[in-house]
Amino acid sequence: MVDKELGDKIPTFDRAGGAQLDQSVSITNWSAFMGRSGTRKIGEIIAIILVAVVIIGGAEALLRGLAVPYYVMPPPSAIAVALYTDFEFIWPHLLHTLAELSAGYAVGAVVGLLLAAVITQFPFVEKIVAPYILMLVTMPMLALVPLLILRFGFGYEPRIIAVALASGPMVMINSATGFRRVDLAKIALARSFGASTMQIFLKIRVPMALPMIIVGLMIGAIFGLLTAVGAEMVGGGFGLGNRLTTFSSMIQMPQFFAVILILSLLGILIYVVFFLVGKKWASWQA
Amino acid sequence: MNVGQGASKIKLSVENASKSYDTRSGPLLAIEDFSMQVSDGEFVCVVGPSGCGKTTLLWSMAGLHSLSGGRITLDGEPVSGPHPQIGMVFQEANLLPWRNLTRNILLPSEIKRQKPDQQWIDHLLERVGLGGFGNKFPRELSGGMQQRASIVRALSFNPSVLLMDEPFGALDAFTRDEMNLLVEEIWLETRKTIVFITHNIAEAVFLSDRVYVMSARPGRLAKVFDIAYPRPRSLDMMATKELFDLVNEIKAEIEHRPAGPARPAARQNAGAAHG
Ligand SMILES: Nc1ncnc2c1ncn2[C@@H]1O[C@H](COP(=O)(O)OP(=O)(O)OP(=O)(O)O)[C@@H](O)[C@H]1O
Ligand SMILES: [Mg+2]
Repeated sequence: MVDKELGDKIPTFDRAGGAQLDQSVSITNWSAFMGRSGTRKIGEIIAIILVAVVIIGGAEALLRGLAVPYYVMPPPSAIAVALYTDFEFIWPHLLHTLAELSAGYAVGAVVGLLLAAVITQFPFVEKIVAPYILMLVTMPMLALVPLLILRFGFGYEPRIIAVALASGPMVMINSATGFRRVDLAKIALARSFGASTMQIFLKIRVPMALPMIIVGLMIGAIFGLLTAVGAEMVGGGFGLGNRLTTFSSMIQMPQFFAVILILSLLGILIYVVFFLVGKKWASWQA
Repeated sequence: MNVGQGASKIKLSVENASKSYDTRSGPLLAIEDFSMQVSDGEFVCVVGPSGCGKTTLLWSMAGLHSLSGGRITLDGEPVSGPHPQIGMVFQEANLLPWRNLTRNILLPSEIKRQKPDQQWIDHLLERVGLGGFGNKFPRELSGGMQQRASIVRALSFNPSVLLMDEPFGALDAFTRDEMNLLVEEIWLETRKTIVFITHNIAEAVFLSDRVYVMSARPGRLAKVFDIAYPRPRSLDMMATKELFDLVNEIKAEIEHRPAGPARPAARQNAGAAHG
């Protein structure tokens, strides 16, 4: 009820002054862009297309009008052409990047989640390890990549390790925030029915932590992607990051920006997936 | 203590209960030397000022935390932890927001790994007017509906004792009256032993066979009032002078002022006061 009152005052991108408040874990108001299954108005769609046309077309016109050289900034049409014609050469690299990301992220996310779940059960342990976790979160894992390459060579390993090291702490710190949200009344409720510690964990603590876990998993995945690309730029002959260095050194700017475009789309895809997961599993959270 | 209850057997007994919490500024005595006896099938209320230890008392009865002194027995056995015969209704409805109504009500059976008595649950849901709301989530229900759901949840596994902690404290007066009627009906139908906490004296008098008055912290037993009105009670009873006086007398007891001078009539009430 309170939310509805607030909704009237807080400007949202929703129709009708927030009559339907977005109840997801999204950081920004994505629902405005994604629309709600079939409820988006024609006007909204036209506006979205119009804005895209104006921005992309404007960039095209500006870059061509000012005769900006391709090696500085190619116009959108050139990028689109490069994406289309060179995709068959780029796409094996995309697969490499995705493989590194999946492997590193799987390890990082699982370890991060488990650590968060265990550590938050023991406040004493948590207090002791907190500084190290903070260090892991803030440490630029990319800086370790040259060291990892010295040790593991130019293969998958250093990249996977870097991705795990970058995504794990992000998953962990956010999940821990979720697990720390104890609601004594809800725990007492479960206990009054004779719940065991494990049952309380599974039926109360995990669902309560879920919205934050989903946020952590999303941030972890995006950090993992950035780190994978960064690690690829440091060394090794494959991966989208490697393409970036190669294309830029060969001044193939349309191809370079085509790869950038693919990476942004990947990031958006990650966001959308977790947005939908959050909508499905954490929509109870106001 | 249970004068007038005849020979019916003592269901729940609190004997010289004390509870102190360890806080940063030292121990905090929440209840002290509190005793009460509830017979099988009786409906008693506990009233007292905010923070006097009512919730503490009820949680101790439910075995949710231990006492510092004294003991609590259920059917003669000391309560040392959550008890399968006790159903608890919490101060706020305390539904799990990520579960729909049906799954909220099935939570106790799930935890107890029992097959839920679906017929009984459906009956309860119809009874409280929540039939057909099973797919709704707590946020889609009004406060009164949420609280009714939490009562169904507490009764779902058919416990013999129902402990209710200010269940209607957050509801408006109309809804509260409605809920009080409903609770009495359910009690008349099921004859559970009910301990009901409230700071609303009229509510306590309307519902209970006996009202225990607690003093401000540390919660001690201040006085006990037997409420002798016939059942089933009607809301009309709330409008009588007799009841008004009784409520005032109880209020005076809580506020530690003599009920006498300002309202001499208050001394002659229907309920026999003792304590
Ligand atoms: N877990 C706790 N730790 C420390 N102090 C507590 C704890 N729980 C309650 N108290 C204190 O014990 C006293 C009694 O609290 P309790 O919740 O039992 O009161 P209450 O009568 O239920 O109040 P209300 O009517 O506001 O619900 C209060 O002063 C409270 O601050
Ligand atoms: Mg209380």
